[in-house]
Amino acid sequence: MSIILDKVNYCYSEGTAYQIQALKDINLEILDGQFIGIIGHTGSGKSTLTQLLNGLLKATSGNIYVDGKDIYDEDYNMRDLRNKVGLVFQYPDHQLFETTNFEDVCFGPKNQGLDRKEIELRAFEALRNVGFPEELYYQPPFDLSGGQKRRVAIAGVLAMKPDVLILDEPTAGLDPAGRDEILGLVARMHKELGITIILVSHSMEDVAKYVDRLIVMNQGEVMYDGAPKEVFPHYKELEAVGLAAPQVTYLMHELKEKGLDVNVNATTVKEAAEDILHALQ
Amino acid sequence: MSKDIEMGIIKADKLVHEFIRRDEEGNVESITTALDQVDLDVKEGQFIAILGHNGSGKSTLAKHINALLSPTEGSLWVDGMDVQEEENVIPVRRTAGMVFQNPDNQIIASVVEEDVGFGPENIGVPTDEIWERVAHSLAAVGMTKYRKHSPNKLSGGQKQRVAIAGVVAMEPKCIVFDEPTAMLDPNGRKEVISTAHELNRKKGVTILLITHYMEEVVDADYIYVMEKGQIVMQGTPREIFSRVEELKEHRLDVPQVTLVADELRKTGLDIPAGILTREELVDAIMRLR
Repeated sequence: MSIILDKVNYCYSEGTAYQIQALKDINLEILDGQFIGIIGHTGSGKSTLTQLLNGLLKATSGNIYVDGKDIYDEDYNMRDLRNKVGLVFQYPDHQLFETTNFEDVCFGPKNQGLDRKEIELRAFEALRNVGFPEELYYQPPFDLSGGQKRRVAIAGVLAMKPDVLILDEPTAGLDPAGRDEILGLVARMHKELGITIILVSHSMEDVAKYVDRLIVMNQGEVMYDGAPKEVFPHYKELEAVGLAAPQVTYLMHELKEKGLDVNVNATTVKEAAEDILHALQ
Repeated sequence: MSKDIEMGIIKADKLVHEFIRRDEEGNVESITTALDQVDLDVKEGQFIAILGHNGSGKSTLAKHINALLSPTEGSLWVDGMDVQEEENVIPVRRTAGMVFQNPDNQIIASVVEEDVGFGPENIGVPTDEIWERVAHSLAAVGMTKYRKHSPNKLSGGQKQRVAIAGVVAMEPKCIVFDEPTAMLDPNGRKEVISTAHELNRKKGVTILLITHYMEEVVDADYIYVMEKGQIVMQGTPREIFSRVEELKEHRLDVPQVTLVADELRKTGLDIPAGILTREELVDAIMRLR
C-alpha cells in the first residue's frame, strides 16, 4: 500500500491568535514494505504527521492519496483508512483498559465489526506474533512490566491487520534490553508479515540500526529524506536543529581527522568495529 | 545506630520494601519485595547513578529517599534523619528534592517564574527571598530569559529545566532525578544532564540520577546497579562498564563507544577495558597504528 502526501499543510488553531503552522508543504511518498524512521526535535511536527496518515487529523490544505485514492474525497471511507494504518501511541500502556490482556487485544477487531470467532483468532495470532507469554493471556494488563504492556498494545493494533504500522516512540522509558526486544519485534514484523513500518524515535542509535529510510523533520518541514548513511553525515546540521548522529558517527569522524583512513559513514557498532579493524591492517 | 558525623547524606541499612496486595476481605493476596536488603552510603556532594531494568526497584528506592514511601524493614537516614520518624518527613523532603520523568506533570503555574516560586511560597519563605530564590534557580538551570514565558510553549528539555528550577528553589542538599530524560529529544537530554552536573559542581548539590541511558552516567562518581530489589553491582563508571557481559545479563547495556572498544578487543587488539569516551577510544586506536 502506498501513501502519497502532496503539499500537505497543517495548522493548529487556524484563524486565531494562537495559530501554529505545524506542517509546511510536505511532499512524501511512502512505498509498500518500507521501514521508515522519523526523527525531529520536540515540536518538529512528527506526531502531527503520523496523525494525518491515520486520519486522526485532517490537513488544512493539500492532498493525501492512499493506494491512489484521495482520502479527503467525500465518498472515501475513513474507517477503511484506520483499518489499514495502525497507530501505536507513545506510552501505549496508557491505552490498555480491558480486564484481561486477551480482551484488550480483541478491542480493535471488535470495533471492526468482525464476528467473535474471527476476533479471537486474530487476537491469538497477534499475541503470538508479538511473543507474548501464553500464561499471561487472561491476566489483567496492569501488573505487566513496561515491555510486556507495549507488546499487548502493539498486538491490539496488529490484530486489526494493518498494512502500515506507525509507532510513536515505542521504546520511551524502557530499559536497554526492553528497547532491543521491542525494536527486534518490530523488525521481525516488517520482515515476516511485510508490514510497512513508520518508527518515530528520539534515539539516533536505534534508527541507525533498524530503518532503511530516515525522514528528518524540522519546524514542520522535511529537512532530510534518505538512508541513514546519507543523513547522518550531516551531523553538524542535525545538531543545529536539536538532533544528533549516533555515537559511532562522531567516533569515525574523529578518527579520520587524526589521519586514520576509516569510512565516516558507519552508523552501527558492528560497521564501525569492522571498518576500524580494516583501516588498521 | 545513632546519628554520627561519619554518616553520609543518604544511608540505607538493610532497607526492605514490600508491596502487599490484599483482596476485598483484607486477606493478603500477594507480596512483592521491591527492595531487598539494600545498603547504600552516599557522601554529600557526590554524583551517583542508579541503573537497573524496568521493575528492578530503582524508583521504589528513590521514593524512600523523599519519604514518599516508608521502609517495611531496615532503616534509611537522609542527612542523619531517620525517614521513619513522623516528624522527619517534612525536613527529609526539604533535604531531598525530586525530579520526575514527565515535565508536564510537574509544572502547575501558567508563568515560568510563578511555577518556580510555588515551592518556596508554600513553605512560607518571605516574598523578597522567594524572588531571590527564583532568580537564582532559573539562572542555575539557564532559563532566566524565559522567566516571564508560559511553560506550555517550551520544549521538553526546557520544561524539565523549569521543573528542576522549582526543586532548586527549595534549596535541597540532594536531588533525586528519576528518569528525567526518558521523554526528551537528544538536545533536551543533553540540557538536563548538564544541568544536573552543573548543580553538583557549582552548588555542591548531591545528585542521584536514575536512568536507562548508559551514555548519561559515564561522568558519575559512582554507579549502583539494581536487580530484583538488590544492589548487584557497584563501582566507578569505568569499573562497571568494563563488565559488558554481566551488564547485559542485568538487561542493561554499555555506551556505544564502549561496545566498539569491546568488539575491537575481542579480535585481539590491545585496547584497554572500560573505555568510556570517544577521546579515550580514539587515543587507544591511534596508539595501535
